[in-house]
Amino acid sequence: MKMRGKTIVEKIISSHCREGVKAGDFTVVSVDLAVTHDATGPGVIKAFEEFGKKSVWNREKIIFVFDHAAPSPNEKVSNLHVMMRKFTKEHGIKLFDVGCGVCHQVVIEKGLVLPGDIAVGTDSHTCTYGALNAFAFGIGSTEMAGVFLTGKLWLKVPETLKVILNGGLPKGVYAKDVALKMIGELGSEGADYLAIEFIGEALSQMPMSDRFVLSNMVIECGAKAGLMEADSETLCWLKGRARREFSPVRSDDNASFVDELSIDCSTLQPQVAVYHSVDNVYPISEVEGESIDQVFIGTCTNGRAEDLRVAASILAGRKISDGVRLIVCPASHDELLKAMKSGAIEVLIEAGAVLIPPGCGPCPGTHLGVPGDGEKVLSTANRNFKGRMGNNKAFIFLASPATCAASAITGKITDPRRFL
Amino acid sequence: MGEILRGRAFKLGDNINTDYIIAGKYTKTLDYAFLAEHLLEDVDPTIAKRIKRGDFLVAGKNFGCGSSREQAAIAIKYAGISAVLAKSFARIFFRNAINLGLPALVCDTDLVDEGDELELDIETLSLKNLSKSIPIPVVPLNKIMVNILREGGLVPYLKKHGDYVF
Ligand code: SF4
Repeated sequence: MKMRGKTIVEKIISSHCREGVKAGDFTVVSVDLAVTHDATGPGVIKAFEEFGKKSVWNREKIIFVFDHAAPSPNEKVSNLHVMMRKFTKEHGIKLFDVGCGVCHQVVIEKGLVLPGDIAVGTDSHTCTYGALNAFAFGIGSTEMAGVFLTGKLWLKVPETLKVILNGGLPKGVYAKDVALKMIGELGSEGADYLAIEFIGEALSQMPMSDRFVLSNMVIECGAKAGLMEADSETLCWLKGRARREFSPVRSDDNASFVDELSIDCSTLQPQVAVYHSVDNVYPISEVEGESIDQVFIGTCTNGRAEDLRVAASILAGRKISDGVRLIVCPASHDELLKAMKSGAIEVLIEAGAVLIPPGCGPCPGTHLGVPGDGEKVLSTANRNFKGRMGNNKAFIFLASPATCAASAITGKITDPRRFL
Repeated sequence: MGEILRGRAFKLGDNINTDYIIAGKYTKTLDYAFLAEHLLEDVDPTIAKRIKRGDFLVAGKNFGCGSSREQAAIAIKYAGISAVLAKSFARIFFRNAINLGLPALVCDTDLVDEGDELELDIETLSLKNLSKSIPIPVVPLNKIMVNILREGGLVPYLKKHGDYVF
């Protein structure tokens, strides 16, 4: 019998544990990067301190990022920030303080995660780094404390679902629309425990900024990771960022996948996820005209300079509708600078946008744009659960930056293709 | 531990996400009793007050989907819940629960009604519905998870062993 080949995730895990593994096996792996932020970091420290150990396993491989409530909205958060600053200083761990940006954007743009790596973060959207051919996933604070101590964690090797993106994307349709379509098809638990591997024509045409959107959102259908091969686009993007050696990983031709999902991108319309679940997805034609009170462009999903540029191209020379608030939150300090240099920020502010500091902004519901009772928000984020933005009486729709920009102009959910 | 846990069932539906278990706005704290007070508030504002030490949460499919916030499992544990039973769990929640020493068990929760008296033997992970006098078969956990649960969670486990041993 011929040996069955391995998927990307089986290969990466095999290279990080003692034995060769295949899907379904339980094993203990070493990690290359451990990421923590201000919302989950205090719990990590609390659990780590219970070990009574003076030092972490490897301070070079751990980072803290203040993004969820940064700058701090109240003294309670400020005191947690103080505690984390003290811990990172004592242990010589790198801290990206307020204003640096969302942890996931910081990690990728600083070249901290590379193809073939295993990265973990105390945040479910750690899966974003899968676009860089790394096996990356979210874990809890206690588990992270174990990583701080040992540099390792246990896991079950996931099976892989292949998602094939056929055809090219039409004008006005973006990676976000593909991600929403996929989640709508699979459902919020459709890929539970699985790794997703993306391939296809539409993918190979996408710049990295779009690929991160796809990997970022795989958790919304339950997947553990959203992986891609490292192609010339990936390698080019990593140039100047990667400061250590790395080896890209591909699935073998005879690797086995649990299932396949094909999406025809060439016929795709802009998509909208309607409150209160991300898999409640409709083509824009079915929700157009729904009035909105606040538009939010930002987050680890769609807060990159490219996203702001798309929004600016629609809002250029136009004004947002009376009665609508447009909040813009660049994903990081570097993305903010890029968007400033390209002129996108100026265009957005001229159109009536409020610019808030790089970080998570109102996405996790802590500050900077919590909606009021009964208000409707259209957002580029990745989650629209009840209460997500800090008010369980608000309603959240999710869409691409283009759809958000177009809708800010009209005050209603609007097909961005009307403005292209 | 060899402990027998007994309590009443609080039934929940499918897809109870981590934002429902504990709203993000409450998570910026290390006061775990405070988290417990707000457990499942957006699903049922009275549930936290009604739960007594030892009670069980009994859910449908995909319990704990959404964010990686461990505060969700912490809030449940500190509310005094002895175990969470569900038809299936979202991956991160499942791990968090085990790592905190909170049994998360997959079983057919249609065999349990609201208020039923349940009994769980932590050592053997055998589960009974006392009100209906029936055993409830539980999907066995992997050896690593059983070991972590037996020690009361990952912190006591690593404190004892210093590393993963299996
Ligand atoms: S931007 Fe939103 S989804 Fe991304 S890490 Fe921050 S809170 Fe989470």
